[in-house]
Amino acid sequence: MAVTKTEPINGSTTKSSAPPLPSMPLKSDLLSILSLKSLRLKTKQQELLIRVSILCLVYVLAFITRLFSVLRYESMIHEFDPYFNYRTTLFLTQKGFYEFWNWFDSESWYPLGRIIGGTLYPGLMVTAAMMYWGLRFLRFAVHIREVCVLTAPFFASNTTLVAYFFGKEIWDTGAGLVAAVLIAICPGYISRSVAGSYDNEGVAIFALLLTFYLFVKAVNTGSLAWGLASAFGYFYMVSAWGGYVFIINLIPLYVLALLITGRYSMRLYVAYNCMYVLGMLLAMQIRFVGFQHVQSGEHMAAMGVFFLMQVFYFLDWVKHLLNDKKLFEAFLRITVTCAVGVGAIALGVGTASGYISPWSGRFYSLLDPTYAKDHIPIIASVSEHQPTAWSSFMFDFHILLFLFPAGLYFCFKRLSDATIFIVMYGLTSMYFAGVMVRLILVATPAVCLISAIAVSATIKNLTMLLRTKSKVSQTGSTKGTGGGKTSSKAMLDQSQPFQRNGAIALLFGAFYLLSRYAIHCTWVTSEAYSSPSIVLAARGAHGNRVIFDDYREAYYWLRQNTPPDAKVMSWWDYGYQITAMGNRTVIVDNNTWNNTHIATVGRAMSSYEDEAYEIMRSLDVDYVLVVFGGVTGYSSDDINKFLWMVRIGGGVFPVIKEPDYLVNGEYRVDKGAAPKMLNCLM
Amino acid sequence: MSPPHRVNPQPISLSPRQPKDPTTTKMARSNFSVLTILSVILLLPVLSLSFSPDSPSDRRLLVLFDDLSLKSSHSIFFNSLKSRGFDLDFKLADDPKLALQRYGQYLYDGLILFSPSIERFGGALDLAAVLDFVDSGHDLFIAADSSASDLIKSVATECGVDFDEDPSALVIDHRSYAVVGTEGDHTLIAADDFIESDVLLGENKIEAPVLFKGIAHSLNAANNLVLKVLSASPAAYSANPSSKLSSPPSLTGSSISLVSVVQARNNARIMITGSLDLFSNRFFRSSVQKAGSPKKYDKSGNEQFVAELSKWVFHERGHLKAVNLRHNKAGETDEPAMYRIKDDLDFSVEIYEWSGKSWEPYVANDVQVQFYMMSPYVLKTLSNDKKGLYHTSFKVPDVYGVFQFKVEYNRLGYTSLLLSKQIPVRPFKHNEYERFITAAFPYYGASFTMMAGFFIFSFVYLYHK
Repeated sequence: MAVTKTEPINGSTTKSSAPPLPSMPLKSDLLSILSLKSLRLKTKQQELLIRVSILCLVYVLAFITRLFSVLRYESMIHEFDPYFNYRTTLFLTQKGFYEFWNWFDSESWYPLGRIIGGTLYPGLMVTAAMMYWGLRFLRFAVHIREVCVLTAPFFASNTTLVAYFFGKEIWDTGAGLVAAVLIAICPGYISRSVAGSYDNEGVAIFALLLTFYLFVKAVNTGSLAWGLASAFGYFYMVSAWGGYVFIINLIPLYVLALLITGRYSMRLYVAYNCMYVLGMLLAMQIRFVGFQHVQSGEHMAAMGVFFLMQVFYFLDWVKHLLNDKKLFEAFLRITVTCAVGVGAIALGVGTASGYISPWSGRFYSLLDPTYAKDHIPIIASVSEHQPTAWSSFMFDFHILLFLFPAGLYFCFKRLSDATIFIVMYGLTSMYFAGVMVRLILVATPAVCLISAIAVSATIKNLTMLLRTKSKVSQTGSTKGTGGGKTSSKAMLDQSQPFQRNGAIALLFGAFYLLSRYAIHCTWVTSEAYSSPSIVLAARGAHGNRVIFDDYREAYYWLRQNTPPDAKVMSWWDYGYQITAMGNRTVIVDNNTWNNTHIATVGRAMSSYEDEAYEIMRSLDVDYVLVVFGGVTGYSSDDINKFLWMVRIGGGVFPVIKEPDYLVNGEYRVDKGAAPKMLNCLM
Repeated sequence: MSPPHRVNPQPISLSPRQPKDPTTTKMARSNFSVLTILSVILLLPVLSLSFSPDSPSDRRLLVLFDDLSLKSSHSIFFNSLKSRGFDLDFKLADDPKLALQRYGQYLYDGLILFSPSIERFGGALDLAAVLDFVDSGHDLFIAADSSASDLIKSVATECGVDFDEDPSALVIDHRSYAVVGTEGDHTLIAADDFIESDVLLGENKIEAPVLFKGIAHSLNAANNLVLKVLSASPAAYSANPSSKLSSPPSLTGSSISLVSVVQARNNARIMITGSLDLFSNRFFRSSVQKAGSPKKYDKSGNEQFVAELSKWVFHERGHLKAVNLRHNKAGETDEPAMYRIKDDLDFSVEIYEWSGKSWEPYVANDVQVQFYMMSPYVLKTLSNDKKGLYHTSFKVPDVYGVFQFKVEYNRLGYTSLLLSKQIPVRPFKHNEYERFITAAFPYYGASFTMMAGFFIFSFVYLYHK
């Protein structure tokens, strides 16, 4: 493909393209100064040209920087969940949509089976299948795997465009461009969208940002059409990722904040009502979500705010009718109390009668980071559900971490409906990113946007300083630049004489930081986030690269050497890969919907062999797959995961007790290990 | 209902050989058919020798002796086997050319160990080889006596039977001994405590007691496959008859087994007894009178007992097979790849019993089928048509998952039948629900009037001044 050929110069592209971008406003401003008044139209065209070409470059950059994994390894699907997504996409393209919708998969979760069509978010698969069919229609004979591998980079490119428009909406064009560049190479986003990482998040971040952009646009314009568009954006998001719960809680929170701060307006009313009602109706069309919007506790906030909006509207109307202020205040008090009371009673009755389901464990664990550790070991056992370390913030955001507060400052300085939104988005998502490693991904767009505001505003101010200085020296032919300039000039006259030099130094500092950011991003992408985790690479004793392809070899062995109806028991991490690559039935897989079933497997793994045999007979297990990394020093093997098997098994079967496997509170696997540990199946 | 699977592959397997035979090619065409028939007849016994699932009876037996005099002293037993079509190969147990298999193929279908005192088998035979022989589904017939060696005892132990450890102990019974001319030490026992099973011991009741003289064994409690066929009376005990009892005997009463059988999980059958004399011509012929019983039989029950038991051990009786496990949706004939919940289905299986010559329909009213997913969701007794076809029909439960049709049939004496066939059951498809529900008509009405009302309202609001 053409893309892969351009890839080798990727590093230089990243470095060279990032620094010039923030200079764009400077360049255009300089041009506008130098050109005559009659040539203004031409200047605007030039600006447009520059803007479009920058966006195109960013678009391409976002795509090619994610191709490291393809170059270094091969065009393959990464990690665990993407294998399931790939398998389902394959099924979708082969059997058609209705078969996919009604697919009952008897190969996973033996013997329970899994209704695939009703237990997944189909957005990703349908997107990939659409692209595949589209390319087929255009007579491009591509394999579905290639489409799947490149879906995430393609959507990352689209995200940069959305980021540009979003930035433009909340601040200005410059901020939009900077945001596009920042998000194109931000490691926090790249980690989930490299080529081959065919996961829901790859599409969902695009959908998330699009929904937010369209909603903010709708709030700003008060247009029904934008509200409708944001409802469809929300629908796409719901179809793609379970993270839509974040949207359906953030937007009501934002609306509530606007209501409290007295920023209620007709624009907000139109935007929210249109988005909520239509978005909810559309989301109900996704089988996996179903009636959750009216029945689950996580979605109740949105509904409550919806009713609150109606109350506000009603009050507005009453206020319009009543002229007596005192009477209105009394009426307001009664109405608000009644509304809140009715809402609380409805929620209470709904919850007590079981109509409204309580919050799920995942939701609790988001609000309270220690919840999962105490109550739901299966959530806590996933490495990407761990609380985030400071180092990984630094790793994923780099300078954005410092620009983020600066951006918040600028936002507060120029408070509007849009900036309030981005501030709330940034703060909430930053909190969630601190709770779970994987949610850094959700925070990334907000951090990029807010940082972009900081960068753009700073550079704009600095260049303004420079320009007014030059204007002063240039006999002051500055009529078309507006009133803002004169005020800054007046300000400048009173400031210190070193300001110009200081501005230049600061500008260089900013460029230096941004270029360091570009270098860091490229390095992180190439070294850390492009590994497919199914093929392991290590540095040998002589510094050469050693590739371990043991996983795939094991799965191919299963495929070649076991009977087609063999049942393979393994820890759930490997379930998707065994079904996708080994084409064998598995007992549990990465869709951890049945905790008891997983606990049964954990129990089998941590029991004595004769007990384990009985358990496995009852599950008709033919083969057991365990991963041992002791020889190569591969750390995430089953011995490492074993304590989680014990905990998860023990959570359902109290026979399994964690202390039995520990020696003085330590986990040992050598000669000094606990006797139960040594004698169990593992 | 297809007819029972007959063993008749011989003519087919021979025909390709025909042209290669040099004599046949020279023959005139008219002689051709005669020769074919002749060769079929000649080769028939050879071809039918091999043990196969289609004819499970053993045909080739290896008999091991301590000394060849047993061949004549136990000739009635051997002759009865021969007359039933068995091909006996008599060898001394220490024959250096002894081997059970050659090139990975077993040379025999059954092994008769009439060599109680052997300490080491000759040739390639040893304890592990005997166990491998059984593990690959072949039958074993062990008779020990007071001279039983450690080797024989360890074979028995591996089969789930423990001989008395005292080498000089014999089974003594002062109440149900056989009355003989001279008042002996009551070690010749007239046992009549048979297992109640027509499959094991034939339909004709064994009237006369069985004469037994030998050592006692007990069943290993951990082994649930081993059965007492002939047990000692409650008054029996195992001790050295020539010495005084100094301590209570370790084996007493009916826990002593005189003859035991094992049917392994792979349907290999094993018989173990502590008396080699049980099979001897002398015991077969002698008359018997049980102590305390006035009735005197002219002939002991040994011959009938041994004949019936050997029929069972060598798979001439009680060998079942289940074939043609079929299921389909009610009203259809093809087997689907997947059922839907609440489908009606028909299930059928054919079960035959081997009669020694052919497969006969097996008739029983207690064969059950399970529709199983971790636990049986449906358990139904199959009805049969007396021709071997078992049939039932039921409704798939309202649970989706990967189910199995399971036929598990374990009856005393019969080979165990374990059949399972996996079949997924899926939930309804989106278009298999009712399209319109009567109960929901108010809601349909509400939504349509809402739409119409909204339209009219908009129209009036926009255009009515």
